[in-house]
Amino acid sequence: MEDSILIQAIERYLEGTMLPAEKAYFEELRKNTPEIDQMVVEHNMFLHQMDGYSDQRNMKHALHDIHTKLLERGDINEGGELSTKGRVIQLYNKYKKVTAIAASVGGIIALVISGLTLYLSPASNNQIQELKREVESVKRNQQYQGAKLKEVDSKLPKDAILTGGGSGFLIDAKGYIITNAHVLKGSSFANVINNNHDEFKAKIIYRDEVRDLAILKIDDEDYTALKSLPYGFRKSDLDLGEEVFTLGYPRNDITYNKGDLSAKTGFNGDSTRWQLEMNANPGNSGGPVLDKNGEVIGVLSTREKQAEGVAFAIKSKNIFKLLDEVKDTDTSVQKIKIVSHSSMKGVERSTQIKQMENCVFLVQAFNKK
Amino acid sequence: MKAEFTEQALLKGLANNDSKAIETLYKDNFNMVQAFILNNNGSYDDARDIFQEAMIALYEKAKSDSFVLTSKINTYVYSICRRLWLKRLQQIGRYSNQIDSFEETVAVEEDIEIHEKRNAEFAIMDRALNSLGEPCKSLLEGYYVKKMDMQNLAKEFGYTNADNAKNQKYKCLIRLKKLFFAQYNIGE
Repeated sequence: MEDSILIQAIERYLEGTMLPAEKAYFEELRKNTPEIDQMVVEHNMFLHQMDGYSDQRNMKHALHDIHTKLLERGDINEGGELSTKGRVIQLYNKYKKVTAIAASVGGIIALVISGLTLYLSPASNNQIQELKREVESVKRNQQYQGAKLKEVDSKLPKDAILTGGGSGFLIDAKGYIITNAHVLKGSSFANVINNNHDEFKAKIIYRDEVRDLAILKIDDEDYTALKSLPYGFRKSDLDLGEEVFTLGYPRNDITYNKGDLSAKTGFNGDSTRWQLEMNANPGNSGGPVLDKNGEVIGVLSTREKQAEGVAFAIKSKNIFKLLDEVKDTDTSVQKIKIVSHSSMKGVERSTQIKQMENCVFLVQAFNKK
Repeated sequence: MKAEFTEQALLKGLANNDSKAIETLYKDNFNMVQAFILNNNGSYDDARDIFQEAMIALYEKAKSDSFVLTSKINTYVYSICRRLWLKRLQQIGRYSNQIDSFEETVAVEEDIEIHEKRNAEFAIMDRALNSLGEPCKSLLEGYYVKKMDMQNLAKEFGYTNADNAKNQKYKCLIRLKKLFFAQYNIGE
């Protein structure tokens, strides 16, 4: 009984519900009796633990409830039926209009300004420099517009459940893009954005989780197919130390990285991959890896966590194999023709990049709510 | 849909158990984590467990006085989940390769250590509470976890008045403390 009266007093003391006189008396007692002082400290700590414990239990409970609620509402899903199909597409279409309007306004302003500057500028040599800067700044304006559009885009996926993203590149000028299957995992549709910030809808037409490859087809009226691809696909083996490079979208702008072939097998002797000495970053997944002649040798896919600057690429052989295997069964893939000849042989690196940068896309994968 | 909360406001809401904030955080971050876990040998259940664990860690971090979040919330949550999941894979021996996919992460080792230490302490509390027996366990849970007042507790447990219930509660508390500290001090 003694103990429980003491505890009661301590608890009231800690809660601050003691009367002033009582409190003064208790503090005096605490000062003079180390045992009681110790008990107060101990009890305070204990109550603290109890509080934390209670908070955590209550939070766990709340999280559990929210999970169930969101599941019922279809905001999240666990492989069951999707309840509110098409909402994402609606949102997408809604924002697409806004971006289209913004783009045309931007375009018109740019045209008007450049037309005016051309019209108004006298044709003297001294002024040409000036004019150039004018045009430059218009260009910059356009880019700013581009950045604006991006903003609208990146807001959309947030609500539309952006499940992943990475890079991808054309394997056939008709609009067939290859990327990693892991970039698209858990997603039902995708869009691709090129280096000019043009955005296209894309269909996922094939996924191969084992090879970690997937094929997209651009399915958008705005897309005009290229005549041919500047790069080819290399079938022959590579030698260690060969210089390779990649383009990809670790950021919203296309980014170049170079390195060397450091092993003919991937992690743990995986013979379907190359090991590269290269600084790859998140977002590089699905980008092309090319040799110095501009022939694709693989698809960048992973990097080693424990080691700096070690990346792995799926050998381009696997793309051929995949296409061969599914050609008989999958009609959508039949139309794909892969060219092995590269038109970028012996061309300077910066020119190579310029020629191919519009063949490399930022891939955004979405899931329906 | 417009963002209804800024990140700071969301975290503040979380710390104050605001259900709207918790829900928003849940909705905004869960799918990303689920995709990651599913991609890495995990099940839907694993995804839920890991994500909720990370939310608890974020909650406790948000509550602490020294709270600073140096990254975006989704980066932080993703990083925590990633660490927790790799740890779990390692524990069950399924972690065969050290390959990751390309996502942005921040260092969370220290936070996870703090979180795990706290979890261990709470586990001691849980064990102590469960070995108390009834009605002590329910009485203390009613008071400390469900935050019921003495009047209601007395009614629920059939004590004749609140004072009796209070006395009983203190007796139970003393027993709980003994059980707790016996374990806790060994743990230290």
